[in-house]
Amino acid sequence: MRFLALVLANLGRKKIRTTLTIGSFAVALFLFGLLAAIRGAFNQGVEVAGADRLVVINRVSIIQPLPVAYRDRLLRVPGVKAVTYASWFGGIYQDERNFFPQFAVDPETWRVMYPEYVVPDSQWAAFMKDRQGCIAGEATAKRFGWKIGDRIPIKGSYLQGMWEFNLRGIYRGARPDDDNTQFWFRREYLEENGPAWFKGSVGWYVVRIADPDDAAKVVAAVDKGFANSPWETKTETEKGFAASFAKQVGNIEFLVLTIGGVVFFTLLLVTGNTMAIAVRERVGELAVLKTVGFSDALVLRLVLGESLAVALVGGAIGILAAKGGSPGLSGLLPGMAVYLPGRDLAVGLALALLVGLLAGALPAVSAMRLKVVEALRRV
Amino acid sequence: MVRVDGKGGGPGLVRVRNLDKKYQRGSEELHVLQGLNLDVDKGEFVAFMGPSGSGKTTLLNLLGGLDVPTAGSISVAGDEITSMSSSRLTAWRARHVGFVFQMYNLIPVLTGFQNVELPLLLTKLSKSERRAHVETVLGLVGLSDRSGHYPRQLSGGQEQRVAIARAIVTDPTFLLCDEPTGDLDRRSADEIMELIDRLVHEHGKTVLMVTHDPRAAQRAHSVLHLDKGTLVESAESAV
Repeated sequence: MRFLALVLANLGRKKIRTTLTIGSFAVALFLFGLLAAIRGAFNQGVEVAGADRLVVINRVSIIQPLPVAYRDRLLRVPGVKAVTYASWFGGIYQDERNFFPQFAVDPETWRVMYPEYVVPDSQWAAFMKDRQGCIAGEATAKRFGWKIGDRIPIKGSYLQGMWEFNLRGIYRGARPDDDNTQFWFRREYLEENGPAWFKGSVGWYVVRIADPDDAAKVVAAVDKGFANSPWETKTETEKGFAASFAKQVGNIEFLVLTIGGVVFFTLLLVTGNTMAIAVRERVGELAVLKTVGFSDALVLRLVLGESLAVALVGGAIGILAAKGGSPGLSGLLPGMAVYLPGRDLAVGLALALLVGLLAGALPAVSAMRLKVVEALRRV
Repeated sequence: MVRVDGKGGGPGLVRVRNLDKKYQRGSEELHVLQGLNLDVDKGEFVAFMGPSGSGKTTLLNLLGGLDVPTAGSISVAGDEITSMSSSRLTAWRARHVGFVFQMYNLIPVLTGFQNVELPLLLTKLSKSERRAHVETVLGLVGLSDRSGHYPRQLSGGQEQRVAIARAIVTDPTFLLCDEPTGDLDRRSADEIMELIDRLVHEHGKTVLMVTHDPRAAQRAHSVLHLDKGTLVESAESAV
């Protein structure tokens, strides 16, 4: 701390240059923060997938249904503890841009399978009593200004007609990464009002297993059990299922890593150059510091300290701005909750400090190796 | 007492024996110091004179542990500095040497107070103790009222006084002054020399000074000329 005044004074000698360098960090970290938030939105399901849950879909594709009768057979597979199921609805609320995922669920078993989605008991009881009842995620309810008791009309897509629901509850994910955009309604309503070909079928099953270590065994047993049937199954862990679902959009991870990598590399070059100029400009002063007794290691730490201070201030400004601004992207990514998790915020700051450290390393080493006598001659 | 014949046997403060310094400049080898001897007692004020390139500053750098000799030995207050590692030499310098340069060499982004405080940052002194030391030496050089000024806000003479305050704030064993009046007008130069005089006579400081200025050299107890890489005693000051 006793050298802080010296570090700050050195940063203050070229205010415009320091401000611009801090600005470079801020912009880079802002971009990183937004990209991380977008990546997080696409990987939301992957991050929060239950380790003890499997997803069973039709082997042909997820849009092909499975018989509802599979439920009892799945429950008999050794290692399976509970089973629920759901169907994709894909309706349109007012406008096609108002996308949010809608599932027809089995109300008896859905809540037990997903305890992380918290619904007050009274609301769940109201949902169970109303065949047209529905439950919306907090984010979706907030997005459209829905309140409990509201009548919600949704136009069917592959299932024709206008479907009307009564909002009986609003759920909230227990963890920050939980998806709060889903819309659930009772499967009976769909069964009774849907076309004949839809009756007796479900979109997919979710299976809870007794021991996550047995996942591979249970996956094999399930798929083997339905092999050579008209509706063969493809079973995956929930994490694997969510990951392959996210990949359908494109390789977001690769995109984020590539753009982020280019930005950070450019930042490294810009900051490294700035720090090198800053050190070169005051070779004489560094020599004076060494003359009065500052050790080589201390001079190295002082130069690195300047670089790290710039990285920390610029990085913090950028990443905090991204945290504040990322929810604004939700409008561009319908159905996704876009926000910057605390973990990515910490990663961003760590990356900024790493770039600061690397950018300052070469100039700091050259300052450390400075020969006092030669440097004083240049003054 | 100052001797240059290498026969001083007492417990002198500075003892230099057979000092050699060679430089390589391109293909040419410059033999700047050749078998130089010097003995300086505590409290002495010695001036080194000689033409440009005669090795005065090189000698000062060697005495201050900023450079290493090609051969020979230097001991200061019993410490053989020519055998010290670079890091030990740095620590020794912080404790024993105060440097005053021709161009003052203050850090422009620090105030006078902060410049003087710099060497104390390397000590274990608390903030209040450092403040007390800095205020004392700024008072000594007559700049108490200018401690908050940046170097650009001071005259050349004032800058040099801040530099002297920085050099003495740790109470070093000796001061090495390289042309301390070389960049100053006559009046400021006289003020600086009076200040150095006071440090020697009132505070018992040992000062080794390189100068081109005969008036400045007159104030020294001994004036030594560098000639062909060795020292020759040329005069004894009456001051």
